[in-house]
Amino acid sequence: MAELATEKHVSYILSVEKRKDNFESVVMEHLRMSGAYWGLTALDLLGKLDSVDVEEVTSWLLSCQHESGGFGGNVGHDPHILYTLSAVQVLALFDKMDVINVDKVTNYIVSLQNEDGSFSGDMWGEVDTRFSYIAICCLSILHRLDKINVEKAVKYILSCKNMDGGFGCTPGGESHAGQIFCCVGALAITGSLDLVDKDLLGWWLCERQVKSGGLNGRPEKLPDVCYSWWVLSSLTMIDRVHWISKEKLVKFIIDCQDTENGGISDRPDDAVDVFHTFFGVAGLSLLEYAGVKPIDPAYALPVDVVNRIFFTK
Amino acid sequence: MHGRPRKALKQEDEAALSAKTQKLRSLQAHFLANHHNRIYSKEALDVSAKLLEINPECYTAWNYRKLAVQHLLSNSDSDPHSIFQDELKLVEIALRKNFKSYGAWHHRKWVLSQGHSSIDNEMRLLNGFQKADPRNFHAWNYRRFVTELMKRSDEDELKYTEEVIGANFSNYSAWHNRSVLLSSLLKRKVEGYFPKEIFLKEEFEHVHNAIFTDPDDQSGWFYHLWLIDQTVKTDAPLLVSSWPSHGSNITVIRDNGLHGCGLSLLNGTLSDTRTLPIILDFNQAVEGINSSTVSIKSELLKEELVWKPLSTSNSNTAQVWVVYLNLGNMELQQSKTYSVDISIGHSKGIVSSNENHYADPSQISFKVFVQTASIEHSEGQGGKKTTWKHTNFHKIDHFKESDSIISAVQNHHIPTTSNWHTEEIGEEITKFRDLLSDYDCKIGKLTLARLLTALDSLSSQHDGRISNTEEILQLYTDLMKLDPTHFLYYKDEHSLISLKQITSTRDSLLPYCHYYKDATETITGYVSLQLQNLSLSRLGSIENLLWVQMLDLSHNELQSIEGLEAMQLLSCLNLSHNKIGSFTALGPLRLVKSLKVLNISYNELGCHSVDTTRYLCPSPLSHTEEFAWDRFEILTGSVSATKFWEVFLIFGSLTLTELNIIGNAVADENFRSFLVKVLPTLKWLDDEELS
Repeated sequence: MAELATEKHVSYILSVEKRKDNFESVVMEHLRMSGAYWGLTALDLLGKLDSVDVEEVTSWLLSCQHESGGFGGNVGHDPHILYTLSAVQVLALFDKMDVINVDKVTNYIVSLQNEDGSFSGDMWGEVDTRFSYIAICCLSILHRLDKINVEKAVKYILSCKNMDGGFGCTPGGESHAGQIFCCVGALAITGSLDLVDKDLLGWWLCERQVKSGGLNGRPEKLPDVCYSWWVLSSLTMIDRVHWISKEKLVKFIIDCQDTENGGISDRPDDAVDVFHTFFGVAGLSLLEYAGVKPIDPAYALPVDVVNRIFFTK
Repeated sequence: MHGRPRKALKQEDEAALSAKTQKLRSLQAHFLANHHNRIYSKEALDVSAKLLEINPECYTAWNYRKLAVQHLLSNSDSDPHSIFQDELKLVEIALRKNFKSYGAWHHRKWVLSQGHSSIDNEMRLLNGFQKADPRNFHAWNYRRFVTELMKRSDEDELKYTEEVIGANFSNYSAWHNRSVLLSSLLKRKVEGYFPKEIFLKEEFEHVHNAIFTDPDDQSGWFYHLWLIDQTVKTDAPLLVSSWPSHGSNITVIRDNGLHGCGLSLLNGTLSDTRTLPIILDFNQAVEGINSSTVSIKSELLKEELVWKPLSTSNSNTAQVWVVYLNLGNMELQQSKTYSVDISIGHSKGIVSSNENHYADPSQISFKVFVQTASIEHSEGQGGKKTTWKHTNFHKIDHFKESDSIISAVQNHHIPTTSNWHTEEIGEEITKFRDLLSDYDCKIGKLTLARLLTALDSLSSQHDGRISNTEEILQLYTDLMKLDPTHFLYYKDEHSLISLKQITSTRDSLLPYCHYYKDATETITGYVSLQLQNLSLSRLGSIENLLWVQMLDLSHNELQSIEGLEAMQLLSCLNLSHNKIGSFTALGPLRLVKSLKVLNISYNELGCHSVDTTRYLCPSPLSHTEEFAWDRFEILTGSVSATKFWEVFLIFGSLTLTELNIIGNAVADENFRSFLVKVLPTLKWLDDEELS
């Protein structure tokens, strides 16, 4: 089997960070903060985080913060909980939490919790269990989880649980692997995994593996490298990851590499991007692929970073 | 990029793309300038509209549109209807560009929620979108939003899912929505949908059409499993077992030997705390077990008892609850019989996580006998070493009637006016046998295995009999060959059924039970359950094993011991030669306060970079436990917590006297000396007596 083209991926990620002129980078401009998180975490998993200029990244990152405490996806864009988590995750990677006012970021997130325990993405009120995960993950990294009503937050997530054991965006919403990661992740961080039907959900998740070895995100859909992360991390958190064939999935991810120019795509021979490159590398990390650092399945950060947050005094 | 081929562009395409990029860049810059300067002129609105038509994902532009709407509405001569109409038009264009755009869908919801627009058009729009992409979950979510606004009935929506499924059964989204609608109708007890047996039969028919048309299409699989579950499951929680079991006799030995105040069970020793556990095991997690819902009457009861959920999480619910009768300070009288009467659920308050109340008031009575014996303690500080040599285990010919072996509660007072559950499952079994006779398929075999398991579980609730295990085991064995990708899923299921078979009756258990007695022992030792070499990859049927004090699970393939915490009497555990891959996988043992002897030699501790039980074991990562820094530093000195926190978390809370850990990747000298520090009670490490 071909191997992971680590060097190529590193130079691909570094080039994406710099490139601002092509159509894709302009279309994606509003979510550059998440792009930074994907790229930098992938670099860290590949052992190459030291090839970026920390000062440059943090000063740009700070220029995306608003008076409210929330972060926008890029300079000039509105604050949103999505990019607030990405910013906090990037700072966690660099062990640079001291550059922000933690209470201010906390207040922004706390202000987004609704009466029913759910979270809005920003002041405009879109509600989604993705935002529940983000709020919980972000506050936990900041050691401020006690500032929200965790019990209500958990109750809301459970109201989105479906007959297949999975979770949707809002009550009644169909299960989707990305959404399942968010809900299982939030339940993991709040110590509530006993509320997940592990065997039922585990069967649904392991049936995401299709003949090619790749994973899809819902029944009867095409496989996609990003689900290597969403499905695998969920299976890992509920201790059912042995229910899929790891060898086949490794092969699928490796087959999605652009071995010439670096980067990983959704399916073999499609165009690569930094999103799929990160999720491919993160998937390989959970598959214990040699040479890739282990990633934490709930916080979506390298294990050494998470251990540093919780086990240093 | 999702679904875009990886190829170099032709030159003319590249030029066109470059022009497009220029345009988008300038639109974006222009838009942001307008946004920051709060310009909401017609021209400025056009810029944002053009931007969103090209890039509906630009969330800041949707926010700007909302601010603009608010601004325009503040003019006294504004026409709200037309202002919102423009927004709806823009959303429609944006959705045609990308109908997975979260921002666009939310903008539409926002507009509708303002109450100035008619919702009549929404169904037409949705039907168009849902025809083009019947699986789009944004559209389905929006549909639920609109039907609620319109107050369209669940029955009408149920008809819609029928139409969609009729056109193409391969639509998981529609099956899902059916389960949501039916659950809602059932919960509200709507006529025609309550009780559930009214609609289940028809639903089974419905989903058969899907599964039998193309058994490899997953659309109906999960819905069918849900129907089985609805058929079998009782909503109200039930007590499945207890220790001591009803009618059993427990003998405690009062030790007048060297140490004077010792106290032990006839077969083995009580924990150091001299407490007698009472264990209640339910069929689902419950809350509200306390002295008002469970009353205990006994002379042995001197103080208010506090029930404890055996749970590794933050919630106050658990399937298994325990309370400890403290016998330590009691003047127990020789040859006296103490009775203990427990009544469960006679007053309300025991509730499942689905908010169903326990409705099966029951009574458990058992007797405690006190005997005095002089137990000779062996010489030396270390005490005896437990040896798992097979010469120390002696065959048992038969159990005594009063032995508290097998703890299941039978003969539930479930009303059995109708036998529809069993009949329905029986019919399903016939249908799936038919399917399999035509077409050998994985879902056919898997469903048949599940149906047979369901049938056994229904009949065992009434008479304790299970009769299909051999066939079920064979089906899982076939599945391992038929679908090797999910080999370990079927193997885990196989293990669960094997254990059910072994533990179902006293007779089936007998061949696996032995008395432990080594050469130096002066009293009869434990009844040891010997489950080694059974190729088990998963534990189950613990409800039948609450009585176990000594358990040999060596030479299996266990990665996890989830559920073992219910064995509150467990004193000696052999897990050697398994596949335990992390310390956190031993988390359940932290709840077993009676554990003294542990063998985890020859496992995979330290072999894995990924820990699959990291979040199933209480720790600071999941906010289930604070890290005991003070104790860590006192015990270990300057060791780094990031490296050793798991070991400290697990072993720091056990009071083992014997541990075998050799044959794991972590077991080097450094590690051993760390272990000795965090386990001050340890006397034997890897068969060597510690000085």
